[in-house]
Amino acid sequence: MDVLGDLFLDYTLRTVALGSAALGIVSGALGAFAVLRRQALLGDAMSHAALPGVALAFLVTGSRAPLVLMIGAAVTGWLAAVAIVSIVRASRVKTDTAMALMLSVFFGGGLVVLTFIQRQPSAGKAGLDKFLFGQAAAMLEIDVITMASVGALGLLGVLVLWKEFKLLSFDPDYAATLGMPTRRLDVLLTSLLVIAIVVGLKTVGVVLMSAMVVAPGAAARQWTNHLGVMVTLAALFGAAAGVLGALLSTTAETSTGPTIVLVATGLVVVSLLVAPARGLVWARLRAWRSHRLLALEAVLADLAALAAQHSTDATRPHDVAALHAVRGRAIVERALSELAADGLAQRHDSGGWSLTPRGLAEADRLARLRRGPGEVS
Amino acid sequence: MTSAQVDVLLVAVVVAAACAIPGTFLVLRRMAMMSDAISHTVLLGIVLAFFVVADLNSPILIIGAALVGLLTVGLVEAVSRTGLVRQDTAIGLVFPALFSIAVILISRLAGNVHLDSDAVLLGEIAFAPFNRFAPFGLDLGPVALWVMGTILVVNLACTALFFKELKLVTFDPALAAALGFSPALVHYGLMAVVSVTAVGAFDAVGSILVVALMVGPPAAAYLLTDRLPRMLGLSVVIGAVSAVGGYWLARLLDTNIAGSMATVVGVVFTLILLFAPPRGLVASVRRRRRQRWTFASQMLLIHLATHEGTAAEADESRPDHMHRHMRWPAEFADQVIQTATERGLVRLDNEQLRLTAQGREIARAAAVR
Repeated sequence: MDVLGDLFLDYTLRTVALGSAALGIVSGALGAFAVLRRQALLGDAMSHAALPGVALAFLVTGSRAPLVLMIGAAVTGWLAAVAIVSIVRASRVKTDTAMALMLSVFFGGGLVVLTFIQRQPSAGKAGLDKFLFGQAAAMLEIDVITMASVGALGLLGVLVLWKEFKLLSFDPDYAATLGMPTRRLDVLLTSLLVIAIVVGLKTVGVVLMSAMVVAPGAAARQWTNHLGVMVTLAALFGAAAGVLGALLSTTAETSTGPTIVLVATGLVVVSLLVAPARGLVWARLRAWRSHRLLALEAVLADLAALAAQHSTDATRPHDVAALHAVRGRAIVERALSELAADGLAQRHDSGGWSLTPRGLAEADRLARLRRGPGEVS
Repeated sequence: MTSAQVDVLLVAVVVAAACAIPGTFLVLRRMAMMSDAISHTVLLGIVLAFFVVADLNSPILIIGAALVGLLTVGLVEAVSRTGLVRQDTAIGLVFPALFSIAVILISRLAGNVHLDSDAVLLGEIAFAPFNRFAPFGLDLGPVALWVMGTILVVNLACTALFFKELKLVTFDPALAAALGFSPALVHYGLMAVVSVTAVGAFDAVGSILVVALMVGPPAAAYLLTDRLPRMLGLSVVIGAVSAVGGYWLARLLDTNIAGSMATVVGVVFTLILLFAPPRGLVASVRRRRRQRWTFASQMLLIHLATHEGTAAEADESRPDHMHRHMRWPAEFADQVIQTATERGLVRLDNEQLRLTAQGREIARAAAVR
């Protein structure tokens, strides 16, 4: 594995991997709350709205320092969120419309400023267009340090206000009755979402950053019902997707953002399919099993009913053609062979079937169970 | 204006109109974010169709894009129907994934073709006039104008033909289903129209600004009217005005045309949000202030009328009594008394407020009501 060897030796690769890991941890952990609070699309709107912030920050300060650009991005992203909430509160325009509108208007404004900068003779292109889809290879040590510090600040905020944010995410009404300042907490948690977004601007880009906020959280949600575990898992998934995606994109020479997003999506798909308890594969398996069990019990009851009509000899063989007609041949035959294997039914030389004494007892027990206690038939 | 400018403006107006029509229904059905999702994912349809036909100008691309648009809607529904994630999360998962695939395919496989993700995102309407539609050497105008014109006509025709169905499904899906219309069919039909429009438009204005033109004008129109036909008309007009305004702003600043169109959409929306006649913020504030004053002056008149001619009148009708009795701030009480005096409803007579005939009449009417 060349890549693994290079990881420890090659400066660029190491920077990329560390930066992507920091990005994944921060956006995963903070994004988990966004998933729980149904803010997935708000994250999308805010990440697009970060573009004018990046451009304006550069235009005003002339600096390309990651912290300056991040602060600019955070300010406009945050303003977009405030605008969305205000529009919904002040008019009859609904949230989805307000989000789509602010997303496109802020992004359009960003393009205006960006193009304006690019047409300035002196400033040069400044590589600002890389913020659309991200470019991990361009990451420098200073980027990684800034991402890690800003991200750590966000994570610290979550740790300090863990209890409050937990309550706010699951039962904001109860939080309000406890006298918590829910409005302020709401603003604070949404501001942390901004941090989750701006740490990924350089690596993933504004267009796809929302996926890095949503996907790790959505994947982690499948594995646990415990908030602490979910946030930790989301951070791990985010880091895995970040590092794997960044390394893949550097070796395969694809855009970094889309590659990271696809790895994260892969994690979601796997989680949706095989996560214990919630996974779709297990659900399908459970449905199939209970389907079979029901068929088994139904055939057992049918045979018991046939036996009851011939009270002289309960184990007299019966022709099962009638059962075939009612329940379908394949189902009946499979149920019969399973019953026989369990010693509950027996096949007679004539080709007919009957229950064994044990099968009769089992049918009786199930019938009682179905009638419920205390009922007299 | 040069003929190239006229062409750009024509294309812009047609794009804006074509986007506003399906956008109106998206806004009313609270699915505005689907325009964002679809305008990203249609890129995948274009790329895949391009690999099949290897021609960037083939109409097959539009069909491929429309199919992927529908696939997006279907996938979002499939994912949210598992019950494992909510619908907004499903949207947030599906469209970045499809879009990422498209971007990677473009960068890996179509590197030498004129098809790049930046262009699709940002669009460049300024180049629209250079790609002419000239069958048999006859110059009939820019291709973009013909494509978008066709889409506009199709959108208009669909809206006119299925107006009743769209209206019913939009405002009362349960009733529509009970009457035997299929909300799902209308839903997917609308999504197909959104996809086709998004593809056609984003050559000109770029995918994210398709969202601005689909959502912004209808959102502004929504603040101006309660009637669907009027909302459709207003959306088209607002969209066209924003597009033209955006074009001139871009010329003025020498910047990205599509971006400045989106900016103007935002400005127009903000202006309407503030100043729309019955529902605008300014109008609401003024209405609230007026109602507050009307109510206060009526209270004053009723108070005076109640005590008129009683033993307590001397006490109750002193001007400085009002702010305590009505629990008004002193300044507000003074203002109310002053305005009422100016309007000839009360007069100050020997440190006593007395009702004029007109004031007495208003007090009686207000008390009875």
